[in-house]
Amino acid sequence: MPEKILDMKDLVKTYIMGDEEQVVLKGINLEINRGDFVSVLGPSGSGKTTLMNIIGCLDVPTSGAYHLSGELIRDLPESALSHIRNREIGFIFQQFQLLPRLSAQKNVELPLIYAGVPEKERHERSAAILERVGLGEKMKNRPNQLSGGQQQRVAIARALVTEPTILLADEPTGALDQKTGHQIMDLFHELYLEGKTIIMITHDEDVAKNGSRIVRIIDGNLSEGVYNV
Amino acid sequence: MFKESIKMALENLVSNKMRSFLTMLGIIIGVGSVIALITIVSGATSTVTDQVASMGANTVTIQIQGTPLKQGLTQGDVNKISEIKNITGVSPTISGITAVASNDNSMEEISLQGKNDVYFKNTEDVISSGRIISPIDLENKSRVALIGTDIVDELYAGKSPLGQEIKIGGITYTVIGVLAESDSFASSDTNSSVMIPYTTAMGVVGAKYINSMTVFIDDEAMAVATTQEIEANLKKAFNGNTDGYNIVNMQSILDTIDSMTSILSMMLGGIASISLVVGGIGIMNMMLVSVTERTSEIGLRKALGAEPKQIQMQFLIESVVLSIIGGIIGFIIGVVLAYVVAMIIGTGFTLKASSVILAVGFSAGIGIVFGFTPARKASRLNPIDALRSI
Repeated sequence: MPEKILDMKDLVKTYIMGDEEQVVLKGINLEINRGDFVSVLGPSGSGKTTLMNIIGCLDVPTSGAYHLSGELIRDLPESALSHIRNREIGFIFQQFQLLPRLSAQKNVELPLIYAGVPEKERHERSAAILERVGLGEKMKNRPNQLSGGQQQRVAIARALVTEPTILLADEPTGALDQKTGHQIMDLFHELYLEGKTIIMITHDEDVAKNGSRIVRIIDGNLSEGVYNV
Repeated sequence: MFKESIKMALENLVSNKMRSFLTMLGIIIGVGSVIALITIVSGATSTVTDQVASMGANTVTIQIQGTPLKQGLTQGDVNKISEIKNITGVSPTISGITAVASNDNSMEEISLQGKNDVYFKNTEDVISSGRIISPIDLENKSRVALIGTDIVDELYAGKSPLGQEIKIGGITYTVIGVLAESDSFASSDTNSSVMIPYTTAMGVVGAKYINSMTVFIDDEAMAVATTQEIEANLKKAFNGNTDGYNIVNMQSILDTIDSMTSILSMMLGGIASISLVVGGIGIMNMMLVSVTERTSEIGLRKALGAEPKQIQMQFLIESVVLSIIGGIIGFIIGVVLAYVVAMIIGTGFTLKASSVILAVGFSAGIGIVFGFTPARKASRLNPIDALRSI
């Protein structure tokens, strides 16, 4: 019996743009089990970024229900959403979003600081996870001393270090060349095989095929696509 | 978290060295000038009050202007005053200008002061050699004199004048002592003065009355009460006419100096603290720029789980660290400046512990006050918008 960790029912998100009400998500139903590698595929303007923001608890739905690890995500105080993000979500961004002044290791430690993990444990955990993504030798390097692929590995390590429920990746290969992109997708595949739950947002059909499941989002509606098992 | 914030703040300041320095400059100048002014004024104040106190905080000076009916005090009036409780002695002073001469040389425009034994007993380091005026000298109106070092140099070519003869206003006296050399800060220059028994002096200058005297009190705490009693005595002597005399209590001079200089230092400090406000605005400006520049960093931190209050704390710590470092540098510069000025103008240099607290406290306060708005702005950024602004 697979464990359901993400459950969306009739999820609607509306934005008020001046006088106009714009419905970006038009009743999304989505269930994700632990260990799934789900690609959310859609062109720009389809609402996939909004969906990602809601999954990542950066935004809350206008109506409908979103349960993450059994908890109803609604219009909570920002500090409460911060805690949920810290605990449940590991973000991986297209532009890596590393802090340029900090070393790779310090970057990886950031979410642990907000989780209140003591310094010694932070060092150990960040070192171990950087070792895991193949950057054991580069821990003291700053982002500008690393290649694009290495930077994205640091970002992945940062997402993994808190052992979140979901790895949430937004176009993780978008800023990389094809070869490096493949290497990153290989790493994702390894993480999938280790049992991590991954949600990857992309507009690229080829990249999306790396997932165990593909859901397509078009004009605010979601449809289950091909299984790539 | 707190420790991390301080570390991050320092890293951020170091990575923007030039900008951090320019921003701190306002605080450096502000704190530096406040500390320098306060320290200089307090040093000068303590020098002045020390000098006044060295003239004796336990002395009361009486000046007699006289009235048409009574032009001055008689010996009898002086004796009455000296009998008041707590008074250890009364030293009348008869002043005049005279000429002095030895066999070899002569000097004009010399200050002649008639004194008594009480003056010498109550004034420290007043003679360098010889003896002081004795009660017998006063009784006999002896022709004995103590002379200043300038006169020793001029009339006796620096040799010991003790026992030598000196002509004061044409009359021959015997030199019994040499007055101690006074420094330039002393109340009166005794180096070119001669001092003789006041009873002798009254005869020389033709004075019938005593118009100036210093009263010595044994207990400083009783100074005010004793002064009142002297006043009552004088009022009676002048038949109720208070215009005839003037009483100056050293303690009241000290109090006046103290209150004047504390107003002065508050005023100067107040003016200088305007630059602290300007410095604070500089910090606010830089922090606002910093928040704008680091919008995506703030978004990222929020996505990774930073609470708004943690973001606010981080930026607040940055501005406080910035202003405290500026405050410490400013404090050091201010102290050095005050020290140099004190050396140049020759006043004392006293560093109060309160000024350290003032400098650090003030700059921390500025960091908090002027860092609050930028920090709040940072904490309120929407993480989605913040992340998008790459």
